[in-house]
Amino acid sequence: MSEGGPEVGARQGGPAPTDDATGARTAEGRPQRPESVNRPRVVVVDDHQLFRSGVRAELGSSVEVVADAGTVESAVAAVEVHRPDVVLVDVHMPDGGGAAVIRRVHRDRPDTRFLALSVSDAPEDVIATIRAGARGYVTKTISGVDLADAVRRVADGDAVFSPRLAGFVLDAFADGGGAASVDPELDQLTPREREVLRLIARGYAYKEVARRLTLSVKTIETHVSSVLRKLQLSSRHELTRWANERKLL
Amino acid sequence: MSSPGVAQPALSARPRQGRLLGGVCAGLEPVLGVPVGLVRFGFLLGALAGGFGIAAYVAGVVLLPEVDGPPAPTRRRDPIELAAIGLILAGGFLFCRASGLWVSDVVAFPGVAAAAGVALVWGRAPERTAILAGRGGPLRIAVGVTLVVGGGVAFLAATGDVGALGRSLALGAVIVVGLLLMGGPAVGRLVGALRTERRERIRSEERSEISAHLHDSVLQTLALIQVRAGDDREVQRLARRQERELRSWLQGRSPGSAATTVASLVGSLVAEIEDDHAVRVELVAVGDAALDDRLWALALAGREAVQNAAHHAGVASVDVYLEVEPQQAALFVRDRGKGFDPASVDPDRRGLVESIQGRMTRAGGRAEVRSSLGEGTEVELTVPRAP
Repeated sequence: MSEGGPEVGARQGGPAPTDDATGARTAEGRPQRPESVNRPRVVVVDDHQLFRSGVRAELGSSVEVVADAGTVESAVAAVEVHRPDVVLVDVHMPDGGGAAVIRRVHRDRPDTRFLALSVSDAPEDVIATIRAGARGYVTKTISGVDLADAVRRVADGDAVFSPRLAGFVLDAFADGGGAASVDPELDQLTPREREVLRLIARGYAYKEVARRLTLSVKTIETHVSSVLRKLQLSSRHELTRWANERKLL
Repeated sequence: MSSPGVAQPALSARPRQGRLLGGVCAGLEPVLGVPVGLVRFGFLLGALAGGFGIAAYVAGVVLLPEVDGPPAPTRRRDPIELAAIGLILAGGFLFCRASGLWVSDVVAFPGVAAAAGVALVWGRAPERTAILAGRGGPLRIAVGVTLVVGGGVAFLAATGDVGALGRSLALGAVIVVGLLLMGGPAVGRLVGALRTERRERIRSEERSEISAHLHDSVLQTLALIQVRAGDDREVQRLARRQERELRSWLQGRSPGSAATTVASLVGSLVAEIEDDHAVRVELVAVGDAALDDRLWALALAGREAVQNAAHHAGVASVDVYLEVEPQQAALFVRDRGKGFDPASVDPDRRGLVESIQGRMTRAGGRAEVRSSLGEGTEVELTVPRAP
């Protein structure tokens, strides 16, 4: 799983992809970018029909749900056909889950963005999905408004950190890298990133974090995206060890 | 049923696990403080002494109640005590012998040797099926078997002639080998079938345990939710509690276990509040540590802060963030509720705030409350970690 993750993350974390892959799409007459910025096109992937229709209803009119899928196969097909801005994926599915969808789609469509949605609090699930290439992680108890907000954020290329995910990252990077660190830039958080994550873990929204630190929301988003990149690319073995240890608690 | 923590009854009970016959000896082990092997040996000796041991054993089976669970751990006596007990037993038997309450020496001494052998082989074995598992393993078994065989040979030698014994031993060996050759494969199949049956039984026990758990918890809650369908608060409370319970069950935690670390304590305190106030508390914990006085104070002050938020803020969810670092521990309780103006606090609320502050000051920490009308409230609690 981690072989696929890093490259994928690098492409996502970097500047917007050049148009070599998207040339064909405009020819097919897909709606132009300005419109889709306002209303992101979304595919919902979850093996529970009830949950999919629930998400559709919750998201309401602020995003456009173009399709939903209940299996990895149909999800990959739906992404091929509809080319959504954001794919909402369930972490746990019988045939491989969100990470499988992300890995298969990323090969062909590196500009499709993923937001993981799960009932699982288990760190190893969360970390695995993020490292497969998801831009964020929210729990299924999230309110419709917050979910729509998160989808828009991911569509804009930002990362979405729930308080729990922020806590996981702080915990996993707790000892500040250590001497065995391969790449200090990737293997530790800057004091500012730590500060931002701490506020998110305390339940602050990005806007509130920005006000608290007297920074712009854009700066906060940059910090969070950079943390996401580290989470995806860091080769810290502590990350895996930490997730496995937490599993035992 | 006895459970850990409940005082053992003054007299003994016969455990269902770790026993050979009726469990009398295993049950007496913790009471007498003598290894079960010695107890068994004593009963065997008593049985030889005119059958007294058998009568005592039967009385034990009748009088002592049966219990589940392994026998309570033995209080080990030191060697001198053991020697004393052995001497008392020996003296008792010599007395029996002198006073005529005795089968003949020919039976008694080989019998004692054989009994000692049996006690040696089985005495330390935790279970009947695992004779090799105890301390000393093969050596112990070799000595025990030698004693038993030696006792038998001695008995036969004293009663009959050894030459006849040799012939009958050879005959016996031939018969045993013949039986093994004929019945071996059948026995093998039987053992295989037993093993399969055992695996099946374990699996079906697991299944029935899971289904029992789901009946007790999930189905029960779903039924309650249907009954209370109109009552949103109650339904949410029920669902949230069930979610918590199921999560901890899936993670293999037992619900009643006492908290030993600050994160687990905060978790269980927060769970109580969720239950009482039908509010959702999102707990994020970074780091953890074993509880000490300061961390207790932090957790209890945190509970008051969460309770306060659940009571007054008028929100559906409260965020709690616990961070344990080497130098200090901090707990943040934040709600997006109506908030209050710290300058003009109503007395009710001030009492709570002061109680939180008092608790933290006594623990050498501090409490800070940030709030403004319409913006929600955040309580920040910190304590230094003990040096």
